[in-house]
Formats: sequence, structure tokens, C-alpha cells
Amino acid sequence: MSGPSTYQPQNKVLQWIEKRLPIGGLIHSSFIAYPTPRNLNYWWTFGGILSFMLGVQIITGIVLTMHYTPHVDLAFKSVEASMRDVNYGWLLRYLHANGAAMFFLAVYIHMLRGIYYGSYKEPREVLWILGVIIYGLMMATGFMGYVLVWGQMSFWAATVITNLFSALPGIGEPIVSWLWGGYAVGNPTLNRFYSLHYLLPFVIAGAVVLHVWALHVTGQNNPAGIEPKSDKDTVPFTPYATVKDGFFMVCFCIVLAWFVFYIPNFLGHPDNYIPANPAVTPTHIVPEWYYLPFYAILRAIPDKLLGVGALGASIVVLAFLPWLDTSKVRSARYRPLFRQFFWLFVIVCVALGWLGTKPPEGLSVLLSRILTVYYFAFFLIILPLLGIFEKTKPLPNSISESVLGAKA
Amino acid sequence: MTTVSSAEHTRRDFLYIATGAVGAVGAAAALVPLIAQMNPDASTIAAGAPVEIDLAPIAEGQIIKVFWRSKPIFISHRTKKEIEEAQKVAVASLPDPESDNARVKQGHDQWLVVIGICTHLGCIPIAKQGEYDGWFCPCHGSQYDTSGRIRKGPAPKNLELPPYTFVSDNKIRIG
Repeated sequence: MSGPSTYQPQNKVLQWIEKRLPIGGLIHSSFIAYPTPRNLNYWWTFGGILSFMLGVQIITGIVLTMHYTPHVDLAFKSVEASMRDVNYGWLLRYLHANGAAMFFLAVYIHMLRGIYYGSYKEPREVLWILGVIIYGLMMATGFMGYVLVWGQMSFWAATVITNLFSALPGIGEPIVSWLWGGYAVGNPTLNRFYSLHYLLPFVIAGAVVLHVWALHVTGQNNPAGIEPKSDKDTVPFTPYATVKDGFFMVCFCIVLAWFVFYIPNFLGHPDNYIPANPAVTPTHIVPEWYYLPFYAILRAIPDKLLGVGALGASIVVLAFLPWLDTSKVRSARYRPLFRQFFWLFVIVCVALGWLGTKPPEGLSVLLSRILTVYYFAFFLIILPLLGIFEKTKPLPNSISESVLGAKA
Repeated sequence: MTTVSSAEHTRRDFLYIATGAVGAVGAAAALVPLIAQMNPDASTIAAGAPVEIDLAPIAEGQIIKVFWRSKPIFISHRTKKEIEEAQKVAVASLPDPESDNARVKQGHDQWLVVIGICTHLGCIPIAKQGEYDGWFCPCHGSQYDTSGRIRKGPAPKNLELPPYTFVSDNKIRIG
């Protein structure tokens, strides 16, 4: 979307279509001639990987729907039947379940890359916020999909997550009852989650279109964090970015395949192979790994309303990142102090995830509290102050100079 | 096509405002059924009618679980020791101060009837566990005493009491 297209199809039919709907020109300018910074590294391939994973989830999901029954008495059985009786049902379901985990792995890498290289800074604020919205939609979709299995973990995840809303003073109880469609999680809840789990991926796809649109308006950030100044700083999307994205996508698929074929239940919980029982809560309930850091933050705070508030704030704070980070320099390459705080932040997130799996007692509660403080301090104190006090390294004059040295 | 803009109010301004107002009211009215359909339906509410429970088979020290409005109700036949523990606590020192007398029916100290849902995030606490001999919630570590009162952990309130009455000495009606 960089100015009028130079796309000139030779084929008569394509010319005829192009005059009436210039879709070929749009594709050409967006994915073929589109200039990408020449210094992009492999961390920039996760956008493509995420689009691919969204496609995998939608396709396997639509197919699984054909074998699923959204009813409390039949849901669990229909999932098990699809694993045992449906041709390749085991493959489709394991792809969908592990695909969701890989989708989240990719989105976390994508987000951390954005933070490391300051990709959210002016003029890419809207691009970043659209990304945060997509991430929120992914969390809602992933949660509701997990409930559809209607095992013990599904049921109690639904109960705990919907009960988060009960923390709201006054309106909490009516909202929760409205979400359930009953006095507890039950058949109406399952039905509406099924409806929304089918809808939200298409909402995500719509948000992805906006995300890519915003990206193609501002252009990509790059490891040097400076804008391209001349043609020497960029290369065309095809073949350079297509082959790089394609190659790493295949590598990523190998990891996905390894999970699907060798350890398909590694990331799941055995308790979810027990049908939902509203009378008994499993003795140790934990969410899927991709929600664990937030779960640890929830449990770190001994007050219900504040705990739920902190959980929400830990996600919402991301949307304000473009304004919390006051530094003019984008890339961590030229920000020695930021780089250290960034890696500490990554370690804290992983550690919070690990603490999320521990029973909420003794030392793990204390550790969760300390790490929760760092999580918020990183966004609310460290980033605003670093912009003022950090002495950054000199930036290169251009992207090609950063790649080739001063002789370029 | 030209539009005439004028500082004076025209009939077009009136049409804009009138159309916009009717449209806004219509959109708001359309939201009502779309939102209200998610509330508990008539059959769910009808199924939430009162239930009668016979207490005779519940031995001293035993706790049973029954369902009313899809919620588990704990009926605890408390022992002397449990009643004493519940009564001797200094009420003012509790996170959600409430005396044991206020949580049972007069003359039926041995029967504690509570909604078996942790007031934190809705898990079902496990009976006869935790530091206070009452309930322990496995999800986030809340602990309740033998009166179902919150003593420790993130839950903000005591286990809720369902509406119930004694029909006879050995029978209660919940709801």
C-alpha cells in the first residue's frame, strides 16, 4: 500500500479483472513489491507464523465442529468419540489443541520482539494497540475453546474465570448470572461459549487485517530501530521476506509436529480427561500454561477485588506501552540499561508462569508478590524513568550502515 | 451536488436530529432482547424451586452435599467440639465478622447449612481440611472454620447461607 501500484498483468483475463477490481495490484504492492528493511532478523518472521497459525486453528476448528455436540451430557463424549472413531480425528484435535499453545508461544515471541526493538513507538502506536486487542481476543477464544471439551479442568476454568466478574462491587453477581444463563456454569454457558468460540476467530481475522493495514502504512520497524532513508536500506518483500518467513514457518511447524505426534498431551492436564463434575473441584487446578503468569499475579494478592484488578491491569497496561516508554531510541541494541531490564522482565514473566503452577502457599506466594511488583514496576516506573536517565549509544546513520559498517 | 450550510436552523437540521433520535432509541430497544436472552431462562428459574431435605440419616460429624439451583449446599451435622470452636471465636477478629448464632437457626446449633461455593472465585471447598477444621479451597487456598466463616486466604466473605427453614426437627426446606 505504498502509492499507486506498478502492477501490469500480461494476461488478458487478469487485465480485465484489474480494471474492475484492482485486487492483483493490492496483493502485488503489499506482498511482492512491498519494501522491507534489509536488516530484518528471524524474530520478524513471527507475524507470518501467527497468520498461518490462525489459519490452522480456523480450518481444524471448522472440521472439529462437524463432530462436536455442545450439550453438557454429550460434549465430553463427542470429543472422545472424535478422537477414537472419526477418521484422523485424533490428528485434527491434537493439531487444534497444540496449535493453540503454539499460537500463544508465537504471539509471546512476537510481543517480546516488539518490546525489545521498541516497535510500538511513534508512528506505530495504533499498530501496537491493534496487536494488544488481538491478544485479548486470543485469550478469550482460547479460554472458551478449552471449556468446550467439558472435562473437569474445562468446567472449573469456566467457573473461576466467570467468577472474576463477581469481584465487581454491586453489579458483579447479576453479571455472572447473565454470563452463565443460570445459577452456575451449565448447559446455557456451554452453548454460548460454543457460539462465541466459533465467532471470535473471525473477529481476530478482521483485526489482523487492520493490523497488517496499519503495518503497511507505517512500514516495518527493524533491529536498528531507525527508519529506512533510501532504496539501499530496503529490499522487496518477495523474494527476500517471503523465503525467510517461509523457511522459519517450516521450522516452527516441525516443533508443532513434534508436540502433535510425540507428546500431544504434554501441555494438557490429566484432569481434563475426567468428565465435568459440578460437585467436585479438582484438588489442584491450574490454567493452560499461556495464562499462568497472570494467574500467579491474581493469586499473589490476598484481596479478591484487588487481585482481579491486578490481573486485568497486567494485560491492559500493554496498551499504554507507547506512552509509558519515554525513550526516543527504539531498539534495545542502543539502550544498554533497557536491555538488562528487558531480559529481567522476560525472566520474571517465565518465573511467574512457573509460580502459577505451584500451590498458593508459603514461599511461592511471597515470590509471586515480589515478581508481581517487578512486572508492574517495569511498565510504570522503569520505562518512564529510563527515557530520562539512560545514556543511549549513538545510532547508525542508516540501516545499510548498520549492516555493512561505515564504508557503505 | 451542493449542500447549503447556513447558520440558521433549517428543516434539514430538524430531520437529522429527529432521525438520529429515533434511530438511537430504536438501537437501544433492539439491544434489550439481545442482552436479556442471556439471562437464566424460564425453565432454569422453574427448576430452581425449593427442595426438602431429610436430615435424619446424617450422622453426627457427617457433611452431605445437595444441589439447589445448580449450587452445592453443604449440610453439616456438627459435633460438640465443632460447635464450641465456632462459638468461642472473638467475632470482632474475623475478616467478615459474624457470630455463629447468626449463621444457624435458633435451637438447631448442630446444623450448619451453607452454600458450598468459595466466595473467592467459585470453587468447591473440601470439608474437614485446613487449619480451622472447616473447609479448605483447593483453588486459591481460602480457609473456612466450622461455621463456614472465612479465616484465611483471598476469599472476601463467609460461605453464603441459603434461604431455608426447618419444616420439622428433622427436615429442612431450602429455597
